[in-house]
Amino acid sequence: MAESESVIEISHLATRFGQHIVHSDVSLEVRRGEIFAIIGGSGSGKSTLLREMIMLHRPDAGTIKVLGQDLQALEAAEALALRQRIGVTFQQGGLFGSLSVLENIGLPLREHTALNSSVIDEIAAWKLALVGLAPETAQQYPAELSGGMNKRAALARALALDPELLFLDEPTAGLDPDSAGGVDALVLKLRELFGLTVVMVTHDLDLLWQVADRVAVLGDGKVQGVGSMAELSALTHPAIRQFFDGPRARTAAMEGKEQAWKAK
Amino acid sequence: MGQLDQQLGALTAPPKTVIEVDGRAVEGLDTVGVWLLENLLQRLRAEGHPVQLEGWTSQFSKLIELISERTKTPLPEMPAEKMLARMGQATIATGEQALALLAFLGESAVALAGNLAHPARIRWRPVLHNIGSAGFDALPIVGLLSFLLGIVIAYQSSGQLRQFGANIFVADLVGLSMLREFAPLMTAIIVAGRSGSAYAAQIGSMSVSDEIDAMRTIGIMPIDLLVLPKIVGLMIALPLLTVFADVLGVFGGMIMARTQLGIGFEDFLERFNKAVSVTSYLTGIGKAPVFAVIIAVVGCFQGLRTRGGADSVGRQTTRAVVQAIFLVVVADAVFSVVFSILNI
Repeated sequence: MAESESVIEISHLATRFGQHIVHSDVSLEVRRGEIFAIIGGSGSGKSTLLREMIMLHRPDAGTIKVLGQDLQALEAAEALALRQRIGVTFQQGGLFGSLSVLENIGLPLREHTALNSSVIDEIAAWKLALVGLAPETAQQYPAELSGGMNKRAALARALALDPELLFLDEPTAGLDPDSAGGVDALVLKLRELFGLTVVMVTHDLDLLWQVADRVAVLGDGKVQGVGSMAELSALTHPAIRQFFDGPRARTAAMEGKEQAWKAK
Repeated sequence: MGQLDQQLGALTAPPKTVIEVDGRAVEGLDTVGVWLLENLLQRLRAEGHPVQLEGWTSQFSKLIELISERTKTPLPEMPAEKMLARMGQATIATGEQALALLAFLGESAVALAGNLAHPARIRWRPVLHNIGSAGFDALPIVGLLSFLLGIVIAYQSSGQLRQFGANIFVADLVGLSMLREFAPLMTAIIVAGRSGSAYAAQIGSMSVSDEIDAMRTIGIMPIDLLVLPKIVGLMIALPLLTVFADVLGVFGGMIMARTQLGIGFEDFLERFNKAVSVTSYLTGIGKAPVFAVIIAVVGCFQGLRTRGGADSVGRQTTRAVVQAIFLVVVADAVFSVVFSILNI
């Protein structure tokens, strides 16, 4: 089975914005090869936590280790090297509006490798196909694409440098059910193909039940529970219950459990 | 609805009588209607009349019940800030912004030094693109406005000069004022409006759509890709635009001198040569790189401070232009003082 080496270790993280305490004591661990989801109510600090893991924000206390490196202790060159081992997609897509899709996907390669321009274009075109986009989209601009296509293109760009670790911020937000289902399948396929570790921040219950191996629930500045969806459903903290009670949660749970049963 | 409110308010009844509110004829009831009704009921109850509701459909009854359950929680009162308090807050905010701008200037200077130390890191394509868009594309408007300004200066002064028979000095006047002050300042203001706003808007909208964050995660520093090429490009383009403005401004002056004061082009240029030294020309051009740094840094600074949506982008763009123009004029004043002390 997969080694249970820790890809991300967060211990006793604290974050404040002025007087507002976002995280008071957050600790969690992500193992290699797993799909890890971070969930919580609005304002629970999920996106802030994600930003701290990808070095866009410095926490006020605590340590974060990504791929074995302590983020607080990194020099600029080390940080740059680490950034090339992770891929990130953003809630708004984050594609550069002035570049075509192909140029977007090829940008990390142009920046960090000495490859030939035509080779970069070919690799970018392959990644495009990998995420399920038609070849015609290569020359289109982000503004011309639908939301689902934008997210896929952003995913292709995140995969440009073959990262070991992928961070997805609300990968299915704003997508129609069909596109969202496509994202589910795509994440699973990519994990299988490349042995990726995936960390995602999401509200999407279907995504959680179908795709996530383990889930951490953030609430009141701490991690209120970590485990598979089935394990979490037995816990009683209100921050956790909202994901299991209520008509939407129960339907998603049924579907998820059915899928797991069929897979056996 | 307003009339109904007044009519209901005007209703009175003898004390202690039971009021029946009959809803049989009511066909439609929206939330405003039910609110007016509830107001009426509450007033009547407060005056001591027991109230009965008759003949309301179940749907309307639900609405009436809904609003009666709503306890009147007073809206939190925003304390009206005294003017002095507001002035104080605005001053602190301005001070904090000025400090942040200074910090950003420092950051850019460090990044620029870093790029100069490793010339391979310089991104030439964005620099050239910026020279084109901020410089070349601005030639028509800068040229036209300088030309018109030259015409105006010569025209306004021609009346006075003619009185003293000092017509030929129009060359001194137009030459010195244009080259030393008007051309550099006018060009900087035009470019601040054109390019300063463009920079703030571009970076601002990128910030709103997570592109700046995405850039950081890919390992490209926004200051390297977005800010420095703009500063460098503008530092190259603005002096060139100023030269162009000089030429066209003087040309406009020349045309007015001929039509209003009867001074031919050759006489004008001969006098121009004697009166206007190279120093005057160089002081004008010398201001341009400083103005360029001000415009580009302020534009990028405000763009990067954008937080929120489209509304914020608009506000930041406005701030960028206003602040750039303000600082350019202040810098020009400082230059004037310095040059007069140095006797240049």
